[in-house]
Amino acid sequence: MAEKKEKKPLDLNRRQMPKQPPEVRKYNFNEVAFGYPEDVAVEEAKRCIMCKKARCVQNCPVEIDIPAFIQAVADRNFAEGIRIIKQKNCLPAICGRVCPQEDQCEKTCTLVKKEGQLAIGRLERFLADWEARQGHVEMPDIPEWTGKNVAVVGGGPAGLTVAGDLILRGHRVTIFEALHRLGGVLVYGIPEFRLPKEIVNREVEYLKRLGVEVHTDFVVGKTRTIDSLLEEYDAIFVGSGAGLPWFMNIPGENLNGVYSANEYLTRLNLMKGYLFPTYHTPIKAHRRVAVIGGGNVAMDCARSALRLGAESRIIYRRSREELPARFEEVENAEEEGVIFDFLTLPLRYIGDENGWVKEMVIQKMELGEPDDSGRRRPVPIEGSEETWPVDAVVCAIGNSPNPLIGTTTPGLKLGKKGNIEADEETGMTSREKIWAGGDIVTGAATVILAMGAGRKAANSIHDYLMGGNGHGNGADDGSGANTASDANAGADQNTT
Amino acid sequence: MFRILACRMIVPNMHILTVEAPAVAREVQPGQFIIIRAEEEGERIPLSVSDWDRERGTVTTIFMSIGRTTHRLARLRSGEYLPTVVGPLGNASEIEHFGTVLLLGGCYGIGSLYPIARALKEKGNRVFVVIEARSSYLFYWEDRYRMLVDGVHHITRDGSKGIKGHIGRVPEILASLGEPVDRVIINGCTFCLKRGSDATRALGITTIVDLNPIMIDGTGMCGVCRVTVGGETKFACVQGPEFDGHEVDWEELSQRRKTYMAEEVIPLRTSKCEEHMHGEEHERKEKHGQAAAPGEPPGRERKQPQHTGEVS
Repeated sequence: MAEKKEKKPLDLNRRQMPKQPPEVRKYNFNEVAFGYPEDVAVEEAKRCIMCKKARCVQNCPVEIDIPAFIQAVADRNFAEGIRIIKQKNCLPAICGRVCPQEDQCEKTCTLVKKEGQLAIGRLERFLADWEARQGHVEMPDIPEWTGKNVAVVGGGPAGLTVAGDLILRGHRVTIFEALHRLGGVLVYGIPEFRLPKEIVNREVEYLKRLGVEVHTDFVVGKTRTIDSLLEEYDAIFVGSGAGLPWFMNIPGENLNGVYSANEYLTRLNLMKGYLFPTYHTPIKAHRRVAVIGGGNVAMDCARSALRLGAESRIIYRRSREELPARFEEVENAEEEGVIFDFLTLPLRYIGDENGWVKEMVIQKMELGEPDDSGRRRPVPIEGSEETWPVDAVVCAIGNSPNPLIGTTTPGLKLGKKGNIEADEETGMTSREKIWAGGDIVTGAATVILAMGAGRKAANSIHDYLMGGNGHGNGADDGSGANTASDANAGADQNTT
Repeated sequence: MFRILACRMIVPNMHILTVEAPAVAREVQPGQFIIIRAEEEGERIPLSVSDWDRERGTVTTIFMSIGRTTHRLARLRSGEYLPTVVGPLGNASEIEHFGTVLLLGGCYGIGSLYPIARALKEKGNRVFVVIEARSSYLFYWEDRYRMLVDGVHHITRDGSKGIKGHIGRVPEILASLGEPVDRVIINGCTFCLKRGSDATRALGITTIVDLNPIMIDGTGMCGVCRVTVGGETKFACVQGPEFDGHEVDWEELSQRRKTYMAEEVIPLRTSKCEEHMHGEEHERKEKHGQAAAPGEPPGRERKQPQHTGEVS
């Protein structure tokens, strides 16, 4: 098959995904991109040159067999395509939308050198949406119960991945979620216009149908401790995610109208504040909103503020080149009319007589020598202070890991910032039977990295539960998801 | 879903809610709170826990009907369900043998101090309670306290019981006890917490307050509950809710609590019909009444306050 392809001339025309026009979408919360129509998806898939050594797969945190699913799309065998993806990834509709593919699979696509890299993420999304649209969701076989129970703490991307992987290997899995909905950052953080909540619910329902038990409104560390859960469960995965939001510790940050990104986005997304008063949690429609930070979260906040009717600006202390946000999101924000103030640092906020922020004092910066991160360090320009009118500030500069588990689990080794220390390859913590992954280990990162950590932890947990030491490949054939041999291994050991 | 076992008005505008939440009931300690949603579209609001029954798996809270969520909550009846009851959240009260402790409660704080009083007595403290209200008919759980503590004192704004005036008159009660007080613990609205702390500052008595900022998740994620204590920003949901009352920036807390005052009013204006449905609502009184009133036609019928002496 590959030989035939080589003779074809290279098609470098990366197919565009239709989007809502900026002047329309800036006034609504509906999803920005519509996804590929079928024919365009097939055209795009046919551009793949089917490298023998698929470097895209090596660069995928969950090692999806990318060429295989692309080939299935090219052959119009969509059912096979989604089946291939789901062997490795139980949340394809989500990953197809929010993964930073340009830094992962698409970055190492052979066509990238000619600037025509394959739109792998868009094709993943296409298949997931195709499956949902045609209505019949293929359910995989579930092996006999291994007799083992696993508790997953936190129903975000890491926890959902662990749950999906382990239920397919015959373990019983229970997710404990602190909020009233599963999904973690997928439901409280990422806005509707980037990831419709219906899609998250769809993936969550899929896991429930597979038999994953769910306890929402359950705060591990408070409602029950990890040690108490260990009396019932053979292994625990902790993926409790983001914790206390960071502020800059400058004057005026506790004024009314100064929000953490977590608060701003939670009000909007989890609590559906944009539908107030139908939904009861209010969010203010400010006139001038300044979002501090340059990551994806900052873009989400700025674009949300815009949709609520504000003049919305991003305040970032470095320059455009250093923006950590995905290029696509920056581009979307610019198209919609978000104003970017680069090389700008907030110094303090000034409030009115009622304690509401009314002005911010900023300082202009210039780029100096590279710092530890390799990016050029922003240096203040003296005498460049300015006072700008604002009526809301959203601080999107990150957060520390959630403190509730670390402080209530004796013997669990924590890092300097309160993150749980876990082995990078296995997710094992300093305590037996406890694994961890996602933001609780790494600090604020991406959905797919959390899922990758969940995948590794699930492999290790499975190995441990089947009698291994959590490192070996004895019980794991390396495929990452259920196989006949896994299932049989499980069943054999627990014939009672 | 969490089944309501009892929900009734205990004194005008103040309601007692008992709900089945076995996981919370098993772990809850004095001073902790829960977060509830009253309906699927509802807000998440924190409520102090006033009592619990570990065996029956129930949690009891006393709340004031003051905003959209508490109005809705007050209309719910036994057998109905709450979509969310999560907890116990926040740190437990520091309970030790302090010596003599004075508890100061107003509004719902009268209820939420009760588990603290019980725990302090178990540790062998002498415990006195001062309860404060606008008028004597707004007191509840007096008999519960009388059976538990070493003395119950009253402050009413109209002088109908005990000392006439505000919580600021608590130094007179402290002086009248005839023994030094080692610790004061205050629970109630922000105004009550502030005035109580102001009153004890000059006396140099350690004063602990149970703060009540706006919260969403209650687990240290959203950061809306931040308060300034001793010049430092603290997150009340995971680092509180109890803090040193002499160190709290009260002005900031009061302002932050008012952030969504306007939004609280909008739904009350637009859903008047629904508000009247069960006919058990009372006018929002005091300062909140005034804040809620603009634009409303006056002359809404005011019911006589019902006196419910006995509470299960």
